[in-house]
Amino acid sequence: MMLTMEGVHAHYGHIHALHGIDVEVQVGEIVTLIGANGAGKSTLMMSLFGRPQASAGRIVFDGEDITHLSTHDIARRGIALVPEGRRIFPRMTVLENLQIGAAQADPANYEADIARVYSMFPILQERLSQRAGTLSGGEQQMLAIGRALMSRPKLLLLDEPSLGLAPIYIRRIFQIVRELNQDHGMTILLVEQNANQALKVAHRAYVLQHGEITLSGTGAELLASPEVRAAYLEGGGHA
Amino acid sequence: MSTVVFARHQVTATERFRDAGWVAFVALILGIPLIGLTTVDGGGALEVETRFGVLAIFVVVSFVGRLGLRWLIDTMGARKLERLRDDSNKSAGISPVKVVNILGWIALGASIALPIMYSDNRYVVDTATTVLIYVMLGWGLNVVVGLAGLLDLGYVAFYAVGAYSYALLSTQYGWGFWEALPVSGGLAATFGILLGYPILRLRGDYLAIVTLGFGEIIRIILVNWTEFSNGPNGISSIPRPSLFGLDFTRSPAEGEQTFASFFGIEYSPMHRLIFLYYLILVLALLTHAFVSRLRKLPIGRAWEALREDEIACQAMGMNTTNIKLSAFAIGAMLGGFAGMFFAARQGFISPESFTFTESAIILAIVVLGGMGSQMGVVLAATLLVLIPEFGRNFSEYRMLLFGAAMVLIMVWKPSGLLSHREPTLRLSRGGAAINDAVKEAAQ
Ligand SMILES: Nc1ncnc2c1ncn2[C@@H]1O[C@H](COP(=O)(O)OP(=O)(O)O)[C@@H](O)[C@H]1O
Ligand SMILES: [Mg+2]
Repeated sequence: MMLTMEGVHAHYGHIHALHGIDVEVQVGEIVTLIGANGAGKSTLMMSLFGRPQASAGRIVFDGEDITHLSTHDIARRGIALVPEGRRIFPRMTVLENLQIGAAQADPANYEADIARVYSMFPILQERLSQRAGTLSGGEQQMLAIGRALMSRPKLLLLDEPSLGLAPIYIRRIFQIVRELNQDHGMTILLVEQNANQALKVAHRAYVLQHGEITLSGTGAELLASPEVRAAYLEGGGHA
Repeated sequence: MSTVVFARHQVTATERFRDAGWVAFVALILGIPLIGLTTVDGGGALEVETRFGVLAIFVVVSFVGRLGLRWLIDTMGARKLERLRDDSNKSAGISPVKVVNILGWIALGASIALPIMYSDNRYVVDTATTVLIYVMLGWGLNVVVGLAGLLDLGYVAFYAVGAYSYALLSTQYGWGFWEALPVSGGLAATFGILLGYPILRLRGDYLAIVTLGFGEIIRIILVNWTEFSNGPNGISSIPRPSLFGLDFTRSPAEGEQTFASFFGIEYSPMHRLIFLYYLILVLALLTHAFVSRLRKLPIGRAWEALREDEIACQAMGMNTTNIKLSAFAIGAMLGGFAGMFFAARQGFISPESFTFTESAIILAIVVLGGMGSQMGVVLAATLLVLIPEFGRNFSEYRMLLFGAAMVLIMVWKPSGLLSHREPTLRLSRGGAAINDAVKEAAQ
């Protein structure tokens, strides 16, 4: 098992955002987490990273209890995050962004890792000395993914990577998710509002509602489930 | 309230006049006690007199000045927008990086030649030395504010720590300038960490307020702890630095030589001034080389990343605590070196040299220069030292001139004189040099 969350609760001050979450991710899986705005998807992801730290429950990553580690220590264990809203370093160049992603990685892997990023995102290689803030939204998302890959993570977290992108980029993002998993054996936890596409690429999926997991199953099962169809697909499942 | 927001709202004449009218109104309210009423010595007793004529002039000047300023801001903004549009169409012309580089070499040449050209002009060499002290302080604070993005309003504290370290070590324990240099820098860095630690969680306004308080605390301790610092009287007879043991005095001490006697030239008080000038020039250049080098190392990149997005940094596995502390420590150390030089140059220091005004000026240098720009600091330091100097001819209007110049610079260049950020790596023609540089940096 790569990641296990057992009965995880999280709070923002008095706001109780997660109510006993149980989630598992196995090595080599794409697991997706779908849910409406404000359901607590980002909170769940960030609580893996100790931000906010779980107020109850246990998080085990790669056999180690990481519940009480600090954010940077968790990242160094081999989890990389592509955060909601991308959060690239806008005034720094594309290349500098990628290097910061590699800052904690073994320098010996640098060339292989950057070559992998270039081959997946040729556009980034063309824009190496451009300020990241001047890239288009889709390019920024690719940079955020590339930056995360530079640390050679065991587990990649993607928080709504398709949010606000043009349809052509959305397709490309899901293609990349599949490629990463199939060709590079990357384990991925994907948060999406774009339920239709997310469920299609995912091996397994969870539905999050008001800070609780209300449904889980394989991607195909949830795609077929009438509840999921009614809540997340009909009307909302375009693109 | 209109719900539609236009990208560029066209300001109407009525709006301009209303805006200026408000300013004139505020000027009037403030002006009644400040200008409208004045006290005169009426034969033993104070009498109140009115000066409504002057007040009227003040209000009219405020009104017209505000109209002018708004107009200036708007036209500047419009022109900038146009230029941006042009830039996106054609990218011809010389790159700003090149211009800054050329400017840098010119400035370096001029600063080396200056004491030779003005070898008998005490005033010029002295003023240039002051400029260089501020350049060095600006470069030091640039690490904290410009690179790491931590707003520090108490930078003068480290300047004071450096100055007092040397003053006490030399007058109490007989240390020389060069022996005291690492100790003073180390002490200042320690204070940087001491300040940095409790305020790690603060940001923005809160950080600014606490650092401001820290600067004042250091000054107040220096004023009140008389046994330690000699209080407001300060410390005098601080020994001057020597050149490899050669002093810059008129007559040599027993069995020793002075600079003049060693080289067999006639003694001149200018020798020491010129020596001090070159000393601070070397210190400043070392600072520049050090900071530029750090910027290209992972730590420098981490500072800049921290300025851009702290959460993203943590998610990349960066220990933001250590990154912030290192920025504070290195900034403080550089400030300490500058303070030490200041003490050695003046021969006398007192808490009065380390007031909040100094912090404000150093911060102004960094902001006016364009946060993070090394060359911008040089320009801004030169301007901020020279404007009040030129202003001497205008005696009491000097600070007014200073303020007006600052406002104009911010209107003209809201993000600083040189706001172009130079990448830490540039692509070579082949593109291969990059990976070498990266490998070097990664080690
Ligand atoms: N920093 C925060 N402080 C307080 N409340 C927060 C914060 N971030 C999120 N929340 C709250 O937690 C709940 C879950 O939010 P979030 O995890 O962002 O949802 P999602 O990512 O599913 O849209 C929401 O009710 C939101 O208002
Ligand atoms: Mg979210």
